[in-house]
Amino acid sequence: MRRFVVRRLAAAVGVLFVISVLTFLIFQTIPNGDPALRIGGRLATAQEIAQIRHEWGFDRPIYVQYFRTMEKIFNGTVVSYTQGVNVLDQIRHGLPATLSLAVGAGFIWLMLGILFGVITAIKAGRFADRALTVLAFIGVSSPPFFLGALVIYYLGYKAGVVPLGGYVPLGQDPAQWFSHLIAPWLVLSVLFIGIYSRVLRSTLLDTLGEDYVRTARAKGISERRVLARHVLRNSLIPIISLWGLDFAQIIGGGAILTESVFSLHGVGQFAAESIGRLDLPPILVVTMLTAFAVVLLSAVVDILYAVLDPRIRLSG
Amino acid sequence: MSERLLEVESLQVSFVTDEGTVQAVDEVSFALGSGEVLAIVGESGCGKSVTAMTLMGLTRLPNARCSGSAKLRGEELLTAPERRMREIRGGEIAMIFQDPMSALNPVQRVGDQIVEQIRAHEEIAKGPALARAIAAMDRVGIPRAAERARAFPHEFSGGMRQRVMIAMALSSSPSLLIADEPTTALDVTIQAQILHEIGRLRAETNAGVILVTHDLGVVADIADRIVVMYAGRIVEQGSLDELFYDPQHPYTWGLLGSIARVDRERPPRLPTIAGQPPSLVSPPRGCHFRPRCPHEFARCTEVPPLESRLAEAPEHRDRCWLSPQEKRAKRVVDGQIGLAGGTTVVA
Ligand SMILES: Nc1ncnc2c1ncn2[C@@H]1O[C@H](COP(=O)(O)OP(=O)(O)OP(=O)(O)O)[C@@H](O)[C@H]1O
Ligand SMILES: [Mg+2]
Repeated sequence: MRRFVVRRLAAAVGVLFVISVLTFLIFQTIPNGDPALRIGGRLATAQEIAQIRHEWGFDRPIYVQYFRTMEKIFNGTVVSYTQGVNVLDQIRHGLPATLSLAVGAGFIWLMLGILFGVITAIKAGRFADRALTVLAFIGVSSPPFFLGALVIYYLGYKAGVVPLGGYVPLGQDPAQWFSHLIAPWLVLSVLFIGIYSRVLRSTLLDTLGEDYVRTARAKGISERRVLARHVLRNSLIPIISLWGLDFAQIIGGGAILTESVFSLHGVGQFAAESIGRLDLPPILVVTMLTAFAVVLLSAVVDILYAVLDPRIRLSG
Repeated sequence: MSERLLEVESLQVSFVTDEGTVQAVDEVSFALGSGEVLAIVGESGCGKSVTAMTLMGLTRLPNARCSGSAKLRGEELLTAPERRMREIRGGEIAMIFQDPMSALNPVQRVGDQIVEQIRAHEEIAKGPALARAIAAMDRVGIPRAAERARAFPHEFSGGMRQRVMIAMALSSSPSLLIADEPTTALDVTIQAQILHEIGRLRAETNAGVILVTHDLGVVADIADRIVVMYAGRIVEQGSLDELFYDPQHPYTWGLLGSIARVDRERPPRLPTIAGQPPSLVSPPRGCHFRPRCPHEFARCTEVPPLESRLAEAPEHRDRCWLSPQEKRAKRVVDGQIGLAGGTTVVA
């Protein structure tokens, strides 16, 4: 176990390094990426630009720039080029909304994904299966900004049952927190419910054909118990790893569209705005946050795997 | 035959598939007494497992059609309500499957899997049920059973896993044990041990045993009576001696000819029956074995009834139109029982 933790930490450091270098390099090559132009604004003279370039260190060799940026990220002083605000403060500010979105949606899509997966597998080929299959495909192919806009217009603007957007902290007013989040949770979940139910359906159908399921039936236990104890439990193992990675993505600000449509002002919306301004430091930090969340969650998933399936041993 | 435990009459099982209707079991009838071992023998795909599974009520699928009758101590199994079948499954009838590698749930402890079987049929707390499971494991020769009960299936060898399956089957004292190719996936020395275990349990508990196999050699030591199946039908049935010393059906001759026997010099090559079993969707008219039979003649396009053609052995039945005299003349190949025209394979 200790070896596992050490190895995963080493892997995390490696991943963070590679991902930050790549992000950094991409910004050197994209057109209009020159931060001095963005900082100086449209009216800056060539001289002012040169001045900015020198002050911010953009005229130094690229590796020096990289290490100075990294240094600032790790001592918490990194500042956005275009807004001049502290990036880590912004992220800290956005994280509660993003976490609230991820936890609620992650719970909803996991539960409903399992429920629909089980129904479609048990009723394979029959009406319930076909109907849910069509729904799943609609879900998978509905972009969150479109669904979100529909929800806000019909349920928010017309019917007034949900707020038009925004985030209320849990500590401030739990009821408001919930009512502001329920629509984003559902909208974000739709896509995942569609994917998870399809994946689970096919895993369940495979598992139903396993010899040990036949053994379980031959014991004389109820079909419900066969499904719960032998079929579902074993089929959930792949779903869990999928969930871990998707969840990590959202924590790392991956729900850009959902956060923006509902103005949650979370990490994702912050990332979206920064991308719009081609602002390197926030993008770099958000990317690293996502990478870190993915590495962390996949370690958690591996531990869960080893708990759920005794044939698997933890290794780095 | 002692007390009649199981009576199967004209059992038919078919499955509707995309390719057509598969007649997996066709007019199968046999009976079994307590403490008796009945072997069902035949090539792959001839309906042995479907017969066994039907007795357990495990072929009640939407695409399956079942007719005839199968009575356990007089109680009809084919039409029994599902609730009752659940009591019977794993209670009065227990089953051991072919591949012990995949027949146990890989993510549950072996002891828990046996406990689940016990608790499915009795109101008993987990502790005492586990004690019973450990005792059952001990009884089938699993060393350090108390400790092994906490292990997972992948920590057992194939032979030990099959012992676990037997322990599981026995834990609720069934009156009928169905073993579907219990030794096929195991190597020869382990095969003998497992068969010995099944034989011992039969003697101790007086359970009836149905032993499904595709190898006549396996049953020689343990079976009392044998049913030979071919393409869904019984082609011959009788006592062990009747089948081994006076086989009536050419298919049985072929099976006997392909046994490596310890009492004879081992041939360098072992004959097998030429050709493939027919499709069960559109089997040949008349005798199903006709296309592979070197002794085929005009009458074989009619289905031969399963009946005794020997005055001295009324329980020895077969489905072949040849007269007993013709059979006795034709079944001798190179001085031994066999089927002419067989191909040989390296044994
Ligand atoms: N659920 C099902 N649906 C359709 N066909 C089936 C079904 N179950 C069995 N069959 C068919 O019934 C036939 C008999 O199968 P069965 O499993 O009884 O053979 P077997 O004698 O046990 O062979 P083996 O030695 O390979 O185990 C096969 O052709 C098989 O494909
Ligand atoms: Mg079989």
